[in-house]
Amino acid sequence: MAGLKEIRKRISSVKSTKQITKAMKMVSAAKFRRAQTRILELRPYAEKMQTVLSNLAATVDTGHPLLEIRIKKKVEIIALTGDKGLCGAFNTNIMKAVIKTVKEKQSEDVEVSLSAIGKKGTDLVKRRGLPLRQSWTGLAGRISYLNAQEIAKDIIENYINETFDEVVLVYNEFKSALVQKVSVVRLLPLAKVVSEEPQEFSLPFAYEPSQQAIFDTMLPKNLEIQIFRALLESQASEEAARMTSMENATKAADDMIASLTLQYNKARQASITKELMDIVGGVEALKH
Amino acid sequence: MEGRIKLDIVTPHGLVLSEDVDEITAPGSEGEFGVLAGHESFITSLSIGVLTCKAGSKTEYVFINSGYIEVTAERVIVLADSAERSEDIDAERAAAAKQRAEERLKHADNVDFARATAALERATTRIQLVQKK
Repeated sequence: MAGLKEIRKRISSVKSTKQITKAMKMVSAAKFRRAQTRILELRPYAEKMQTVLSNLAATVDTGHPLLEIRIKKKVEIIALTGDKGLCGAFNTNIMKAVIKTVKEKQSEDVEVSLSAIGKKGTDLVKRRGLPLRQSWTGLAGRISYLNAQEIAKDIIENYINETFDEVVLVYNEFKSALVQKVSVVRLLPLAKVVSEEPQEFSLPFAYEPSQQAIFDTMLPKNLEIQIFRALLESQASEEAARMTSMENATKAADDMIASLTLQYNKARQASITKELMDIVGGVEALKH
Repeated sequence: MEGRIKLDIVTPHGLVLSEDVDEITAPGSEGEFGVLAGHESFITSLSIGVLTCKAGSKTEYVFINSGYIEVTAERVIVLADSAERSEDIDAERAAAAKQRAEERLKHADNVDFARATAALERATTRIQLVQKK
């Protein structure tokens, strides 16, 4: 059995770890609430925008470059991760899905390029020895619409220059505080979604000032919004995942402290008993 | 209800309004226009302005800061960069914004000019809407 002093030392070290995990959990909880509000506010807008655009894309046949489906020669895969770890399988799940998608595309004989949003994703891509086209880091905590605009601009430019013919984004979709789902979505070309209520939209739409003018501003805007949404979804998921994993770490520390305390008390008891035995033994020896 | 339009106004900061209304007047980029039920399907962009919707005897005014509107026979979706119902407008903030924008316009170079003009227009529209009530 370990010495009393050593056990005491371990207990105090576990206690201070517990304090840290507990504090991190509280910080994540606060960040999570903020992130959750933002994503819940944005969702209806993003969804309506998607509806409006897919109705449009389904009813008209335009030559807009962002809607055009080209022969797939090169696919860009973007991994959306966090800047920090200590959030369970949050980042690992993304990487698993990315690797899977890469393999799928490669089996279709399509070239793949990778980009990452978030420091963890950047590191993970590099560590696997995969080529990294572009990386955006330092977004965590203060995601603004400008971040989404910057990313969208880069993607659109490269798409129009035919650096790649398809863009796929892998991110954690926020379901609830306990559930996050890895989501793989195609950003470009914009999908021609088959409408669930076709009769409503079979009428041709009129455009003011012109179809071209509307598409020219609305399509990039939509991409920005979809990216912004993914950023916020991912942020909420990350904080939720961190909250859960810190909660578990705190619980584990509690269990550990309990078992160490028990061990400590047993050891203390044993040493007291031993001392008593010595004294009693000594007294007995004197009597005779 | 028969003859009514389902109006949804959404912004990146949340749903502003979702109601069944009789009549809508919206600030289109090509000029203000009205919508009644059974309107032809069309899409246009919106400029800074005030959207008016009437439901029965009730009239509501909503400040719209640019965006898009999709009109179909029985439904209207407004995608605005931001929007506020007239009762939610912060008059003091709008007044302060107006002052700031005017200040900037006085000694603005070309880059800031468009932004300051837009800011001024937003502030003025908000103030007008508050006073209208």
